[in-house]
Parts: sequence; structure tokens; C-alpha cells
Amino acid sequence: MAEALLAARGLHTYYGASHILNGVDFAVGRGECIGLMGRNGMGKTTLLRSMLGLVRPRQGSVEVRGRDMTRAAPHAIARAGIAFVPEGRGIFPNLTVRENLVMAARPGVDGRREWGYERVLATFPRLGERLDNGGAQLSGGEQQMLTIGRALMTNPDLLILDEATEGLAPLIAREIWNIIRGIRASGIATVIVDKNYGAVLGLADRCVVLVKGCVVFTGTPGQLADNEEMMQRYLGV
Amino acid sequence: MDLAFFLIQLLNGLQYGLLLFLVASGLTLIFGIMGIINLAHGSFYMLGAYLAWSLASMTNSLVAAIALGVVLTVLLGIALEWLLIRHFYERDHLYQVLLTYGLILVFEEMRSVIWGDDVHGVPVPDLLAYSIPLTENLSYPVYRLVISAVCLLLALAMYLLIARTCLGMMIRAGSSNREMAQSLGINIKLVYMLIFALGVALAGFAGMINAPLSSVFPNMGGGVLIICFVVVVIGGIGSVKGAMVASLLIGLAETFGQVLVPEVAGMIVYLLMAAVLVWRPEGLFRKL
Ligand SMILES: Nc1ncnc2c1ncn2[C@@H]1O[C@H](COP(=O)(O)OP(=O)(O)OP(=O)(O)O)[C@@H](O)[C@H]1O
Ligand SMILES: [Mg+2]
Repeated sequence: MAEALLAARGLHTYYGASHILNGVDFAVGRGECIGLMGRNGMGKTTLLRSMLGLVRPRQGSVEVRGRDMTRAAPHAIARAGIAFVPEGRGIFPNLTVRENLVMAARPGVDGRREWGYERVLATFPRLGERLDNGGAQLSGGEQQMLTIGRALMTNPDLLILDEATEGLAPLIAREIWNIIRGIRASGIATVIVDKNYGAVLGLADRCVVLVKGCVVFTGTPGQLADNEEMMQRYLGV
Repeated sequence: MDLAFFLIQLLNGLQYGLLLFLVASGLTLIFGIMGIINLAHGSFYMLGAYLAWSLASMTNSLVAAIALGVVLTVLLGIALEWLLIRHFYERDHLYQVLLTYGLILVFEEMRSVIWGDDVHGVPVPDLLAYSIPLTENLSYPVYRLVISAVCLLLALAMYLLIARTCLGMMIRAGSSNREMAQSLGINIKLVYMLIFALGVALAGFAGMINAPLSSVFPNMGGGVLIICFVVVVIGGIGSVKGAMVASLLIGLAETFGQVLVPEVAGMIVYLLMAAVLVWRPEGLFRKL
């Protein structure tokens, strides 16, 4: 793999006294799609937050495009081309749909402006009908589309999706998966955390399995699907 | 109470309320959005008044004094945020109270060293030093009307800033979900610094424009601070709209209270606060 877009080495993260990440190595290359997997409470979200500067790892390093950003502020990491769709969405309820999108608009690190207001609305036509609604008036699916659309407005090189389809009706979830597939095909690297392992295996180039803050598996979806012990013991399938 | 007298009290009440709004709007933003309890906010009002007095006597122009004073208060706000306040965002309110109470003492001492402990008056600029006659023996000073108009313009500018500009969207986004705003590339520390500097400048500006009406004296920030906290609580913490409504309410209540029921005038704002809190414990409006 060429220079990684995002790379974490030996991350140890604590919440108070509890040791959550136990020396995690993790890397995403350009255009790569990674499925980050593991049962509840294994540290997936904590790993993402540690790399995004939202929690401070006690040990280890985070590099973005080969530059050390271990202690960097979250906004600096975002501006290095990384967009985040967090667990539980994170729309701004006191901003309208339009404002939620416009406030994030920015060209990519290399000056790309592939994603703008029009293209996001073309991708998510439902949002176009609700532009003046407050963020809180949207349905769960629409909120998720708004969060993804808003992330795209930053023209990221890497999009991190934490439980993007959680709690959505199957039909809406399918729509979201189609959109994620489209984003991946457009060349944006993605890290996907999702309970729908089938969909993740079908999309990812590489899967990483976390157990109690340790990486226990890295490999292709095919290798993971063939590894019965891994699937049963650590993913509960 | 005849009509002209009523009109005068009404204008006075509105003018006082609008002035309170300038101080309280910064206080409510700093409290509601940045989470900082700033007891030193009244000191900025006091500093503004002293700056207006001393710069006006140097330059012979209140307008020049105010222009200079605004620049100085903005710089003061930036410096304070950078040196002190930003290290207290994550801390308990108790630390913030101790810090900002300490700042009151420091500012009062500085005021005493630089400007002394005397009471001073600031003349109304010649251009505005006349009154509009209302009846044969009642008239209203133009300077008060001008102050009210300036406050209204500033309130409008603040509304537009928050509702219509990019910075306003960032402020609102940061107030509802700070982490998400940061993860979208917003430098929240810079936004906070701007909010704090804006708050300091508004409080200072209020002190400056009101100096010709109130005179300039030691500890003049204390009373304003307390009333402004009442405004913040009534209006809803973090709500600029609420600060506006509550400021006008209190301005009118206090002004009319003093002429209609002078015996309890000192209690009126607190009774008002108690009544509002019984009715709406969170204050009249929600955060931005
Ligand atoms: N703010 C916090 N304070 C203390 N402990 C926390 C906090 N956030 C998470 N934890 C704990 O850290 C561990 C890892 O949580 P994390 O959210 O990273 O897991 P996850 O793999 O994302 O799980 P899920 O699939 O439920 O989202 C869990 O045991 C959780 O209880
Ligand atoms: Mg999680």
C-alpha cells in the first residue's frame, strides 16, 4: 500500500481508568473501503474517535497523509480531508436542512469541488423537499442522509461512517447502502462500521475485527467469511 | 400620570432595557455557548465607561473615544480569552467563578491605579446636547433617543450575524453539538474567542455610550452585572432573543416601578424573575 491516508499506530486509549484500546494499528489507503467490525463495546467507536482527535489516546500515534496529527485539533484533522458521520447522527437541530449543508461546504484538500450543494441535493432528492425544515423535523432516514450529505460537502478523501444504518427501516437502510456504494465507487475512501455484516462484507476491500480493543483479524472479506471461528466467536454469526 | 410623563417613562424604560441588552447578550452567549460563568462581565462595562471618560478628555470627542475604546476592548477580550478563559472551558463552574471574581478585583485595582477613585462626568457631545420639547415644561433629551437607536441597530446586526452569516451558523452549530462542529472542520476555539471578544466589546460599548448619562464611578459594574444575570436567567441561558425580551421587560419594570411603587422598586426585578421562573423554569426562550 502506498502512503496511507490515515494511519494509527499502537493506540492506547482510556476512559478514566478503563483501558479501551490496547495497542491498535489501523490504516486506510486512498480509495480503500474498510469494514471495521466487532461486537458491541469492543472499541470501534473509540478507535474512530481517537483517530479523529475527539478523544486523546494516551499512547501511540495518528498520521494523516504521512503527517503526524496525534495531538491535532479535530477541526485540523477534518480539514486534512476526513469526514465523519457519527453514531447517532449528529445533525444540528437548530439549523435548517439548508444551513446544515451550507455550513460544511469547503473544497477538498487538493482544491477539488466535486461535491457541492447541487450535487448533494441531486444525490438526496428527499432533502431538497425539506430545505427550510429544522434538522430535528426530519425522519431518521432523512437525518442520516443529511449527515452523509453534509459530510460530502467537505469534499473528503475519507468518509468514516459509524453505524450509518442503525435504527432505519430496511427500505431506507437499503437506500443508504446504495448511496455508500456510490460514494465508494467515486473514489472516496471509506471506513464502515455497521451491524449489517453481510452488507459490509459485500462492500469492503479489507475487514478489521476488534475484540476488547485489540485487532484480532485483518484480511479480505472472503478470508473473513471463510474463517468460521472468527465469524462465530468474535462476530457472533 | 399624564401622557407626556408616561411617554418619558416609557422611553426611559426602553432605553435602559436596550442598554442592558448590550451587556446581557454577551453574557448569555458566553454562558450559554461557551459554558463560562463570567462574573467579570460588569467590569467590562465599567472599563468602557472609564475609557470613554479618559479618551474623550484626551481627544475632546466622544465619538473618537468610543471608536478607540471599542478597538481596545476587542483586544482586551481576545487577550483574556487567550491567556485565561480558554483554559477554563473544561473546568467546573466553581473555578470559573473564582477566576472571574479575581478578575473583578484586578480590574477595580487597575482602575484605581490608572484613573483614581473619583467620580467623573462625561459631557454629551454638543451636536446631541439638546432636548425635544414634549409639553410646556417636559422635554426629552435627544442623546437618549440616539442611544436607543444605536442599541437597536446593534441588536439588529447581532440578529443578522447569528441568523444569516456563516459565522452565525458556526456559532449555532457549535452550541448544539460542539464535537460535530469540530469534525466538520470548524475551529471552535477561534469561534469562542470571537464570541468572547464580541461580548467584552458590547459590554464595554454599553459603558461608553451610557457614560454621559450615568456618570463614571468606581464599582459601577457590579449593579449592572447582577441585573444582567437576572436578564440571562429570565430570557433563557444562551438565548439572544430571550436577552432582548428580558432586558426590555426589566428596563420597563424597573423604570415604571420607581415612579409608581417606589417603596418596592428595588425588589421588582427579582419578583419578576421569580414569577418567570415559576412559570418557565428554563427561562423564556431556548438556546440559539
Ligand atoms: N464516554 C465513555 N466513558 C466511559 N466508558 C466509555 C465511554 N464511551 C464508551 N465507553 C466504553 O468503552 C467501551 C468501548 O466502547 P465503544 O463505543 O468504542 O464500542 P463500540 O465497539 O463502538 O460499540 P457499539 O457497537 O456498541 O457502538 C465500552 O465498554 C463502553 O462501555
Ligand atoms: Mg460504536
